[in-house]
Amino acid sequence: MSGTIMSAADIHRALTRIAHEVIERNEGADDIVLLGIPTRGEPLATRLGERIASVEPGFDAAASVGAIDITMYRDDLHRQPTRPIGSTKVPDRGIDDRIVVLVDDVLHTGRTIRAALDAIKDLGRPRAVQLAALVDRGHRELPIRADFVGKNLPTSRRERVDVHLSEIDGEDAVMVTERGDK
Amino acid sequence: MKHLLGTDGMSREDAVLLLDTAAQMAATQEREVRKLPTLRGKTVVNLFFEDSTRTRISFEAAAKRLSADVINFSAKGSSVSKGESLKDTALTLQAMGADAVVIRHSASGAAYQLAHSGWLRGSVLNAGDGTHQHPTQALLDAFTARRRLVDDPEGKGLDGLTLAIVGDVLHSRVVRSNVSLWTTLGAKVVLVAPPTLLPVGVSTWPVEVVHRLDHAIDRFDLDAVMMLRVQRERMTGGGDAFFPSPEEYTRLYGLDRSRMDRLPSHAIVMHPGPMNRGLEIAAEAADSDRSVIVEQVANGVAVRMAALYLLLAGEEAA
Repeated sequence: MSGTIMSAADIHRALTRIAHEVIERNEGADDIVLLGIPTRGEPLATRLGERIASVEPGFDAAASVGAIDITMYRDDLHRQPTRPIGSTKVPDRGIDDRIVVLVDDVLHTGRTIRAALDAIKDLGRPRAVQLAALVDRGHRELPIRADFVGKNLPTSRRERVDVHLSEIDGEDAVMVTERGDK
Repeated sequence: MKHLLGTDGMSREDAVLLLDTAAQMAATQEREVRKLPTLRGKTVVNLFFEDSTRTRISFEAAAKRLSADVINFSAKGSSVSKGESLKDTALTLQAMGADAVVIRHSASGAAYQLAHSGWLRGSVLNAGDGTHQHPTQALLDAFTARRRLVDDPEGKGLDGLTLAIVGDVLHSRVVRSNVSLWTTLGAKVVLVAPPTLLPVGVSTWPVEVVHRLDHAIDRFDLDAVMMLRVQRERMTGGGDAFFPSPEEYTRLYGLDRSRMDRLPSHAIVMHPGPMNRGLEIAAEAADSDRSVIVEQVANGVAVRMAALYLLLAGEEAA
């Protein structure tokens, strides 16, 4: 299986659905904080915030969307070349006693999310943490699951999943390629 | 990057990466929990052959904020005072499993020797060697200036800025490091000192040299002024003196209220510390809104965290 798995329209629909699910699950959007994991979780969180605001007029997207860099919390730092550190932006109200929804593009081993949970712990104590991922490709190595998924995508470990977003890549698409044939 | 030995020969790309990383580190220091788990299990040795409490505690704070273990090794009262060579000290640290050695030494080139002799496998960070280099000081100066003077600083250098460094250029490793770094980042550097406190060969440096602070203020549109500490042992006394009297130095090179008021309104005042108030810098200047001297200290921790992160976090260089 390779090629484009999700088109721009598919991504749009998935995000709209996730926005509704987030509101429904939390019975409103009052205490929601969306934290995107750089690089591509950040624009996804911004888009989700806009969608939620269009449904829940009381939701202030600008004051409820941020980013959380997890580089310094990774468990594989010493196995890889040094990574540049992304930025962490927490809304002014903070995350204490609020509901944090982590937003990432691809959920894979779960290690990124574990690192994000550690990072959140250093920022404050939210009432709950939930996870939204555009694509869940399986192959979990930790007991972690997503609360909101755009698309479940069964993959083999040899395949690579690339999410392109217009804010960063100039187009919206999710693609799967065989490793090596790129 | 494996070692941080000096700013001479550092690429602009690496310099900007260090400053950008320092900005992220500084942001983490405003959080509720300031400690990061990043360097857990790594050991950083502070190897100080010269006393420098400020630099040592800054490195110590930086390493501890990243969860590294810190061992302080000062030459006084140690095996070094019993005559141990740098080589044997290095081999001892290697045997203890040091991942990084922060070295301050009175001999120029000591850090280079430690990094390239094969005595140590870990990274070496130069915290000042003789009159040669003090790279983290220059990086924190550049970081402080970039934060204050450059809009939206991420990814940028110091292009178009003019820095004046005033004082003892001859003995200063801070000057050498700053000249290389600021020039690499696109700034212009003006050195202000009496001829006796300028090194031979300064004419080959990529800088402008003037001998009066007033001339520098008149001739250049200064964005930052860095005052250097006058070391007391160099002030007076016999044929070894570098200038006639402290009063004369203050009159010609001291930054007082009237000189400060002639600087452009956005210009900042820097000092690597410790200050001699009333000698090279008047209290009015040190305590003014333009002074970023306390910020420099805070930024020093962030810059050293960035250096430790970039040298130690990645996979071991093969």
